[in-house]
Amino acid sequence: MSHRLPAPARARLSYARLQQRFAPYVFVSPFFLLFLVFGLFPLLFSLFLAFHLWSPLDGLGNWKFVGFENFALALDRQDQFWTTLKNTVWIGLLAGVPQHLVALPLAFLIHQSLRRYQSTLSTVLFLPYITNAVAIAIVFATLYSERLGLLNYVRGLVGLDPVRWLGDPGMVPYSVAAVVFWRYLGWNVVLYLSGLQAISEDVYEAATVDGAGKWQQFWYITLPLLRPMMFYAFTLTIVGNMQLFEEPFMLLNDGGGSGGAGLTTAMHIFNTAFRDLDMGYASAMSWLLFLAIFALSMVNNVLFSRGGER
Amino acid sequence: MNKGLVSVLAAALLLGQAHAQEKVTLTVAVFPSLDSSIKAILPAWQKKYPNVTINMQAQQYADHHNAMTTALATGQGLPDVMAIEVGYVAKFAEGQGLEDLNKAPYSAAASKKLFTPFTIAQATSSDGRFIAMPTDIGPGTFFYRKDVLDKAGVNPVNMQRSWESYIAAGKTIKAKTGAYLVNTAASVYGIIIRTNLKSGEGIYFDKSNNLLVGPDNARFVRAFTLSKQIRDAGLDAKVGEWTNEWYDAFKKGTVATQFSGAWLQGALQNWMAPETKGLWRVQNLPERSFASWGGTFYGIPSKAKNKQWAWEFIKFMTLNQSSQIAAFEDNGAFPALVAAQKNKVFSDPVDFLGGQKARVLWRDAAAKTQPIDVNKYDSVADQIVQTELTNVLEKGKDIKQALSDARAQILRRAR
Repeated sequence: MSHRLPAPARARLSYARLQQRFAPYVFVSPFFLLFLVFGLFPLLFSLFLAFHLWSPLDGLGNWKFVGFENFALALDRQDQFWTTLKNTVWIGLLAGVPQHLVALPLAFLIHQSLRRYQSTLSTVLFLPYITNAVAIAIVFATLYSERLGLLNYVRGLVGLDPVRWLGDPGMVPYSVAAVVFWRYLGWNVVLYLSGLQAISEDVYEAATVDGAGKWQQFWYITLPLLRPMMFYAFTLTIVGNMQLFEEPFMLLNDGGGSGGAGLTTAMHIFNTAFRDLDMGYASAMSWLLFLAIFALSMVNNVLFSRGGER
Repeated sequence: MNKGLVSVLAAALLLGQAHAQEKVTLTVAVFPSLDSSIKAILPAWQKKYPNVTINMQAQQYADHHNAMTTALATGQGLPDVMAIEVGYVAKFAEGQGLEDLNKAPYSAAASKKLFTPFTIAQATSSDGRFIAMPTDIGPGTFFYRKDVLDKAGVNPVNMQRSWESYIAAGKTIKAKTGAYLVNTAASVYGIIIRTNLKSGEGIYFDKSNNLLVGPDNARFVRAFTLSKQIRDAGLDAKVGEWTNEWYDAFKKGTVATQFSGAWLQGALQNWMAPETKGLWRVQNLPERSFASWGGTFYGIPSKAKNKQWAWEFIKFMTLNQSSQIAAFEDNGAFPALVAAQKNKVFSDPVDFLGGQKARVLWRDAAAKTQPIDVNKYDSVADQIVQTELTNVLEKGKDIKQALSDARAQILRRAR
């Protein structure tokens, strides 16, 4: 660094110099400001609230410190939090596992054999993902309707009894999971397609020359090389399904349907915060949900990093 | 001329002009179909106060109340007049964000006598603050399909005598016509827990915040038992409210009775089942019990900008007979104002109900409805008990066990 001659401070703080020095910070500031206001502040505020008893109607400042009471309340075996967590994981598995079991082979099929229609098929499959949730809710509520719905009508044609898709607590998780499956299948297909496109054609050519069939190519080439994309897609599914809110809320209203069988943790947190106005308890549950998602993501991470490149 | 008098006159003139020209925009936050009531009354308001423009902000029921909750928490974005539905009025009353209308300049004490009594209790906090003026109420009644009952040879009066006779009649109806007695067994539970309350008792909690739910509470045991009897006898259609099946049942007459607020008549007539005109009748709830379904209030946030005009607007909506009648005629919002209930339209026969003079019956039911104590943990208790009721109905859980489980869960949450 060059040694500067002592000069009057006033001369140094010229406009040009100031601009040069601070302009970059001004230009990047919108992100940080927005992050502070809409990202960091709510995060810290909810952490603060998790240790307090507070109803928003009491106004800011009128909170009561309760220590770990909110967490203890949620972790009690009797609490609804556990039921909702169980619902969430169950619906998440019902929707998530078939999603990947179907999306991966489907993407492979499109990539290998239906390449001419690739863009059309991707668009069609991607449509549910960008469809308005309200429209989805109306369509599926009509399909699932017990006496007037298409599904039970078809069952009736082949002599089967009607099913109470959204009325029978045992049936509710399947009905919700089907909508989630339908909605995010296309998203996963598109993810896998982009992963497949990144795999060099040379590898497949070499395999074909060596006499490997389609199935062998899929098993020994595609799957291993797709690992990073699978890891990414699985992580997104885990995070998304653990935070499941929109679909069950639209189909079943805030109560989560018959007996609360479709009440997910995110819905329970929303109800606790905005219907029961117990913000502290809702914040504590949010942090517990965050920990659960973090733990599951870590499990996913470990499973994927075991024996193989990532 | 006296100089002093001139200046006073001039000042008065200026002031009068300033007052006339002063443009005020009053923000009123509402939800459907209250917005429709206000629109019906707006012309009269504009005529009386041409300088006060009403800026109506209507959002869906849940969105509206969430927005109001957030606004009250932060003190930001508050309207001048806030509509509050009965489900939220108790919570809002316990908070500190709304003006106490008992105090000056509102001094609503004298006006309180003019309303159907139980609504005043709903809008009064436990420390005696009166936070909102009632505008409409939902007197509870018992709707039935006359054609279905006639076909089954069932006398509606017998169904009114007791819950047991109601269920017995249901069995006859099911056997003779195939129609279900009620949309869901849970709706019978819903009335039984809301009626025949002792003074100082709320639905789930009493006046001193003691939890009433439990295996030893006769009201809950009976509500659960009768619901289960209905389900076990196959008398309920297992259809939830506000579903396509529900509307379809109204249209086809596959469900014989429905407990609801008086507003159901308007909904049936306007969009749910207009073609069933003349087939419906109403009567009081079984066992001479009275309950209310719904109700709407107007409050003024303490941080509102135009409190004075807000109060004028609220008085115009709630204390003015013609406003109350206009809202009633527009969308069936039953007046909370007792004087409005005496209007001659109330003794008119209701064509949709086969010419029955049903409004007199509703007015009578409203007058006999007792105030119910509300608690800020009612919504917590409600959800937990409803879930346990489903366990009883759908999974055959033991009633006493379900109620003691519900009790334990509520006690933990109601801190």
